[in-house]
Amino acid sequence: MKRSITLLLIGIFFGIVMFKSEAASWFRIFEMFNFQSIHMYGLMGSALVVGITIVQFIKRNKVKDANGNPIMIADKERGFRRHLFGGIAFGLGWALAGACPGPMFVLAGAGYFPILVVIVGALFGTWIYGLLKDKLAH
Amino acid sequence: MDWILEPWPWYICGPLIALTMFLLLYLGKNFGMSSNLRTLCTVCGAGKTSDFFRFDWKSQRWNLWVVAGAIIGGYLASHYLSVNQAPDLNPKTIAQLNAYGITSAGNTYVPTELFGPGAFSSPKTIALLLIGGFLVGFGARYAGGCTSGHSISGISNLQRPSLIATIGFFIGGLIMVHLIFPFIF
Repeated sequence: MKRSITLLLIGIFFGIVMFKSEAASWFRIFEMFNFQSIHMYGLMGSALVVGITIVQFIKRNKVKDANGNPIMIADKERGFRRHLFGGIAFGLGWALAGACPGPMFVLAGAGYFPILVVIVGALFGTWIYGLLKDKLAH
Repeated sequence: MDWILEPWPWYICGPLIALTMFLLLYLGKNFGMSSNLRTLCTVCGAGKTSDFFRFDWKSQRWNLWVVAGAIIGGYLASHYLSVNQAPDLNPKTIAQLNAYGITSAGNTYVPTELFGPGAFSSPKTIALLLIGGFLVGFGARYAGGCTSGHSISGISNLQRPSLIATIGFFIGGLIMVHLIFPFIF
């Protein structure tokens, strides 16, 4: 129970950051794909500078997690086509809906209820992927 | 404390996103939001239709807590930590959107034309939101992750597949904004 509350608090923190950073704004996504502001590039770039530093530190120093186990970060599945084709499909949707899977829930909480249509669409898309998985190039 | 109510600069928020990733790693978890969509499909009974959804969803329940938090965080940020926050967009972006008939650019957080109360009475808007969501959900699972799982977590771990996926995200986004938007707006 205590662990669940901690995760809920991390989610709240993440939700606030997504909203206040404007990563959850359709406008910022449009602006990014028009290369008209540094905003989203700076956001992702600074997240990566810190993220890469953290992950490299964890790996080199074999940092342990809260349970005392070494932090293990699984490698991503290898492949080329699935990442490229899947990535392109995702990008088309990201630009159209202006929200990726985190921010869509943040916007629901913020009270922009038409985002629920996006969430339904995303669940439907996930389901269709599950049905077609074996027929797609991976 | 007024700065709290202002938009937060990207150079503060970027590191805070990395901090979110670290906190989840420290708890023995990982930062990836789109896998929740698969979990929710399983909860809804999708396991009856495909092996892909036959897994012990309770092992992923922790991530649903993060999602629940993100919803609450969105509520708190918009209602208590902001005063009508609207992105300070490039004037060129605003002019371009005005030409598309999206006149809320620069005045609202998200376009009223797509996310305002009128959206539900416009079949075109519903269709755009549904298709957009569909592509996000389908693409995230096909690519094996989204912006959090690939662009942040994966690239932080120097994973080549995540770099390819992120390049894909940009190819898709550029096609949508530059080649398809002129036909739909």
